[in-house]
Amino acid sequence: MTTPRTAAPLAEHDVRRRRKVWSYAAMSVLAVIFLFPLVFMLVSSLKPDSQILSDIGSPQAFLPVGDISLDNYFGVFDRVPVSRFLFNSVLVTVLTVGLGLIVNSMAGFALSRMRWKGRSLVLSLVIATLIVPFETIAVPMVYWVSKLPTLVLEGGVPKYDFGWLNSYHVQIVPFIANAFAIFLFTQYFSTIPKSLDEAARIDGAGWFTIYRRIVAPLAGPAFATVAILTFLPAWNQYLWPLMVVQQEDLRPVMVGMQYFFQLNTAWGEVMAYTSLITIPVLVVFLSFQRAFVSSVAASGVKG
Amino acid sequence: MTTPTSTPVPPHASRPGDRAPAAAAGRRHGTRAARRREGRAGFGMAAPALVLLLLFLVIPVLLAFGLSFTNARLISPNPPRFVGLDNFLRAFTADPVFLRSMLNTFVFAAVVVPVQAALGLLLAVLVNQKIRGVTAFRVIFFIPVVTSIVVVSILWRFMYQENGLINSMIDTITFGAWQGMAWLNDPSTALGAIIVLSIWQAVGFHMLIWLSGLQTIPEALYEAARMDGATPRQQFANVTWPGLHSTMVFVLVTITIAALGLFVQVDVMTQGGPVNSTSTLVYHAVRKGYRELETGYGATISLIFFVLVLIIALVQRHLTRDKD
Repeated sequence: MTTPRTAAPLAEHDVRRRRKVWSYAAMSVLAVIFLFPLVFMLVSSLKPDSQILSDIGSPQAFLPVGDISLDNYFGVFDRVPVSRFLFNSVLVTVLTVGLGLIVNSMAGFALSRMRWKGRSLVLSLVIATLIVPFETIAVPMVYWVSKLPTLVLEGGVPKYDFGWLNSYHVQIVPFIANAFAIFLFTQYFSTIPKSLDEAARIDGAGWFTIYRRIVAPLAGPAFATVAILTFLPAWNQYLWPLMVVQQEDLRPVMVGMQYFFQLNTAWGEVMAYTSLITIPVLVVFLSFQRAFVSSVAASGVKG
Repeated sequence: MTTPTSTPVPPHASRPGDRAPAAAAGRRHGTRAARRREGRAGFGMAAPALVLLLLFLVIPVLLAFGLSFTNARLISPNPPRFVGLDNFLRAFTADPVFLRSMLNTFVFAAVVVPVQAALGLLLAVLVNQKIRGVTAFRVIFFIPVVTSIVVVSILWRFMYQENGLINSMIDTITFGAWQGMAWLNDPSTALGAIIVLSIWQAVGFHMLIWLSGLQTIPEALYEAARMDGATPRQQFANVTWPGLHSTMVFVLVTITIAALGLFVQVDVMTQGGPVNSTSTLVYHAVRKGYRELETGYGATISLIFFVLVLIIALVQRHLTRDKD
């Protein structure tokens, strides 16, 4: 211990320590680059417009100092129906994710554990659809949903009408089924021993019962992964509601942003609005970061 | 599972009161009935998802094909009329904005794909070290990914202003030598400005994909390399990089497809301007097919975009098959 043996191990130790210092330095610089715009956003949301602009030239731009208040947030609530937008986004997100979990896991169950005609063909077709980006079908789909029938009540009398535009269901139904979610469920379910199904069959259980009571409870991680991977796109919907929802009281938060760019942009209020719709997602992410990270990693494993 | 005896007969398959055939026959009959029931139940459980995929994926894809040969309009009393290849001719010969959009899309992808993939790998190598606090850095690098691209675009639009944060930071770094500029209002810098924020927003995602690839490489390989006296650089070239082949293909393909689909940043920050220097394929498809109500022509542009994606997917299949 006390006598230095050779120079080599010392040098190696030195090299390793130097590398560690460099790594921390690099990661810290990168952390600043990744965080500064968001810190700037949160801090600016608390300042009046004039101070935001005058602070830009100094480090104060990143510090909550000076004339700090929640005025911008109150201003946002006065200017646009934020609570309505938030409600719409929560409703659309919860229903899209929730119904998606049920529908896609049922399909994954049928595709991985049951024998039926055309099963392998259907599975390969589902996987083939994975390469269709939504941007390809967005424009034709607006045309398509504008022609779909819908049931309306007119003075208490049910009646058919055409066109799904300006509704909640046009924001939800097209995104429930998800080929990637079906694929993930199929993969996960096929790792659960099939002997469980056979035992349950002997006890007289129907297929839906086996799915509901035996297989689904064993597939918690798959449900969590799919929930996380479908939550973000649902909350962040922009292109689709921009096109199919003109009615203000049905619009989600991302589209609601447009109201701030009409006349002179009040940047303080814009920053308050963007903070308001970002903070909930950040809170969810930071509390489930481990699950988020493993979900994203799982989405790459198939490659 | 073709032998009838190995499949258990559900108790309700032959209820008392059914005709009672010979034991063996009855068993076979029950099996076949159970099979049929399984077939029906299986299809039934898959049906909701399959019907929805048919309605909102397969039919729109077919519509993209069909409508691109018509003059369909979003709101029109007249039914769409077949116009042959007119839309395609128009795109490639009579619509300079389309050609410019295609060029912009290619430029965007040509820069974003290699840079974002390389930066993602660099980040992954950094956060793959076994040193304290590394998880916190992973989380920080991932935060822009969970931030909506709409929010990110608005925020950067503000920062790119002439009196904005980006100019003032460059000014500080260059000790006042910098003349501020309005990045998004200049045709020569607008696309570059969008490229920077796009990489900033999405690189954390690909860091995680690379990271999961890195973690599949067995530690024993590195030990063996170290015992042979390999330097870190040699370890990377001979152990890490070959082990990342399939991850690399996946990362490159996902970035390419995402890059070709560039839309939100353009819509929020520049509306395709100045002078179409940031217009992209998807932006142009939405402008024509939705805002100007020309569904038929919009479908044509969408279809051209899809063909590009398809080519890339086929190249990917080819590349991965080579290795296997």
